[in-house]
Amino acid sequence: MTVTIIVNGEQRATSAAGWESLLSVLRDEFGLRGSKDACEQGECGSCTVILDGESVCSCLVMVGDCDGARVATVEGLVQADILHAVQEALLEAGGIQCGFCTPGFAVAGAHLLEQNPHPTEDEIKEALAGNICRCTGYGAILRAFVRLAGGDEA
Amino acid sequence: MTTVATRRVVGGVGESVRRPDGRPKVTGDFAYASDLVADRMLWGATLRSPFARARLISLDTAPALAMPGVHAVLTQEDVPGLATFGQVHQDQPVFCDGEARYWGEPVAVVAADDPETARLAVNAIVVEWDELPPVSDPEQAAAAGDSFRDMEIRRGDPEAVGTVVIEGVYQTATQDQAPLGPEAGLAVPDDQGGLDLYITSQWVHVDHRQIVACLGMADDQVRCHPAGIGGAFGAREDISLHIHIALLALRTGRPVKMVYNRTESFAGHVKRHPARMWYRHEADADGRLVKVTARLLLDGGAYAHTSPAVVANAAYFTVGPYRCDNVFVEAAVVRTNNPPAGAMRGFGVVQTCFAHESQMDRLAEAVGVGPLELRRRNALVAGDPLNTSGQTIEGSLPTLEVLDALESIPLPAESAEDDPRRLPGGTGLTTPPSAVRRGVGYALGLKNLAFSEAFDDYADARVVLTSAGVEVHTAAIEVGQGLVTVCQQIARTVLGVEQVAVIWDDTSQIGSAGSTSASRQTQMTGGAVHAAAVGLLEKILASHDGDELTNEGVRRADELVATMAEVCAEGSIENSVRFRHPPTEEPDEFGQGAVHAGFAVAAHRAVVDVDPDLGLVRVLQVDTAQDVGKALNPGAVVGQMEGGILQGVGLAVMEELVIDDGVIRNPTFTDYLLPTFLDAPDVETRIIEDPDHWGPFGAKGIGEPPTISSTPAVVAAIRAATGRPLTRVPVRPEDIVGI
Repeated sequence: MTVTIIVNGEQRATSAAGWESLLSVLRDEFGLRGSKDACEQGECGSCTVILDGESVCSCLVMVGDCDGARVATVEGLVQADILHAVQEALLEAGGIQCGFCTPGFAVAGAHLLEQNPHPTEDEIKEALAGNICRCTGYGAILRAFVRLAGGDEA
Repeated sequence: MTTVATRRVVGGVGESVRRPDGRPKVTGDFAYASDLVADRMLWGATLRSPFARARLISLDTAPALAMPGVHAVLTQEDVPGLATFGQVHQDQPVFCDGEARYWGEPVAVVAADDPETARLAVNAIVVEWDELPPVSDPEQAAAAGDSFRDMEIRRGDPEAVGTVVIEGVYQTATQDQAPLGPEAGLAVPDDQGGLDLYITSQWVHVDHRQIVACLGMADDQVRCHPAGIGGAFGAREDISLHIHIALLALRTGRPVKMVYNRTESFAGHVKRHPARMWYRHEADADGRLVKVTARLLLDGGAYAHTSPAVVANAAYFTVGPYRCDNVFVEAAVVRTNNPPAGAMRGFGVVQTCFAHESQMDRLAEAVGVGPLELRRRNALVAGDPLNTSGQTIEGSLPTLEVLDALESIPLPAESAEDDPRRLPGGTGLTTPPSAVRRGVGYALGLKNLAFSEAFDDYADARVVLTSAGVEVHTAAIEVGQGLVTVCQQIARTVLGVEQVAVIWDDTSQIGSAGSTSASRQTQMTGGAVHAAAVGLLEKILASHDGDELTNEGVRRADELVATMAEVCAEGSIENSVRFRHPPTEEPDEFGQGAVHAGFAVAAHRAVVDVDPDLGLVRVLQVDTAQDVGKALNPGAVVGQMEGGILQGVGLAVMEELVIDDGVIRNPTFTDYLLPTFLDAPDVETRIIEDPDHWGPFGAKGIGEPPTISSTPAVVAAIRAATGRPLTRVPVRPEDIVGI
């Protein structure tokens, strides 16, 4: 069975077994390796993508359930070589160390600001609590989002 | 060290510059080891011991080899060179050598067309085991004298007595580094029987040494390339899959990639040593230390790894940053069938800091002074002898300034907030907010910088001026901490040229930079880059009789006398340096001597709210002041402080690898709890700059101190809130409930 997925606006087809994870198809078949595999249990958010408008861990989504779905990955955040405001803010605030969690934070954070352009600190923390960062202690990531939430960039 | 006057250059030392690898990391383009691919690539997978200790009776790989798509199955019999590896002692077999000594020990590896076939082939290998009773109690191993190193410190008068005596027994559980990037690597055979290895590492040259020995190959046949790393924290100081993928690539003649899943990652790298620590502090009536006696027992697990160095560090920092003339320590790190322990941020000092700070708080209470006052009375400062080794503390040690700065940070508002997200247990809180108890605690920690005990500690760097800008070459490992900007900033400041690229060389292109550990690269590779840049600048200026180098070229009396193109007309100009810190000594038989190259001090204050009914803790705020010598990139320094604090908070209240008769019971992110955004405290930081004697621009290492005293500060705060003794970390709900 062929599954058709609209990835970052582009129609892609896969014949991967239906039980393969969306993450493995994105990474190994479509070559979109920006979504990371760190736990494969939906605990760390490194593989966060937006699936039909919902922020999900792509490691927990079976690709067989994605036929006709729209998927937005970190690769879709950059438009015409210009970084998304969230990416720019993470860079500026120093919210990136090893960077393994960063694509997940960028995707989840961009989604948060679409839903709620001016979140409070507590709303930011709650919305991003599914994304684990082992390096930064979240301080610089929080500062990035607080700045965005206070401005018009989002 | 020569320090060149700071020029006006954008992106130099002291600025919070952006990291050059930040953009590819935030777009997802940055290639981590697990992202690498090659044409005709095979996938590797590992068969592991299901037992902590078992005799291997038989191993039949034929069913796996017979499967379509399987290209090789290798075991210990297939290791052509040295059968064992190890950074300090070569005591670990490449694969199980007849007896499995820890849970998850590699037994065989497979190379197959795809990951799923490789996994199925691993399952097809037939193994017969005779399970043996594991040695899981370190006291049992100690009684049997089975240790990797015994360390004794004797300094001063054993007959000295104090009027106030505090005794305690403390324990720290097993913490995992849990870097987000799993172990991964790609081995690519060349056409001359050699190999290129793209690996995660903290020290490629030491990995290379062990790999070529086991492969039985010449040094120049194998090139180790640093691949993109998703965090390390000590987990990558020792070999994991490196030799395995090399063997598979050599056997198949094809590139082989292997990526550990999370459970394998938990099994496949060393842990922070769990420790049991018996302490006796004796002080005078004012709380001034007279004598400290301690026995430290660290569980090293099945193989040595860096245990001999970890136990020494634990012993040297038994007392912490306090004056004391009489110190007697017996320390041992023993061999068990528990998961192998090795390096983790803090390297033995996290454990002893928890113990000595718990003791200092009890002493403060016993003599009736506040915790900060007691620490001030005993503060160890520059020029004092280190309480354990007796060496004079050279360079800076602004212990009192650190305590003053910490105390000046405002405390949060007194009352627990109404928003349940900021209360213990979050929205699941069932206790009335009025019953929540607040506590405040302090801790102070001391850490050595770079390698100790006469280790020949050096870092190579090469700085090259081309007409397009400056290149810094190093084999040092950027694990995320920000060495990349430090190298750029130092080169910019010395050379006056803004365009600086850092090139991560492989092992064939440059000499060792030493390990990215021991808080050492800012000083060591930074020191090498500084020295190489100074020499390069002198060379360039001399050849054009100039007095200044700028982006445009060489100047003399503010006139441009040679453009960059003219300076590099005959090619690029380079200077290589091997940088060493001031030499350290071998300790005598009782740990005496100038064994350490430098020191840094940090202090933490934690504020917690505790739910006494459910035993839950919310760490509200952790503030810190840290001695950094000179902040080369202040933004990155704060990043290290904040990140290190959260790992310390993790050990204080949630992170514990549960090990039952040698078997890890929670090797997943579902069960090994890492602090999330909602667990992270607010953090206020104070950077204390008091230049040290040998780091570039007076800089000190900054990576480890944040993780050392944050844990005891949190526990002190929980004690203040609950009145419980709390002698073990992590503190569990059952340690709190029933107040």
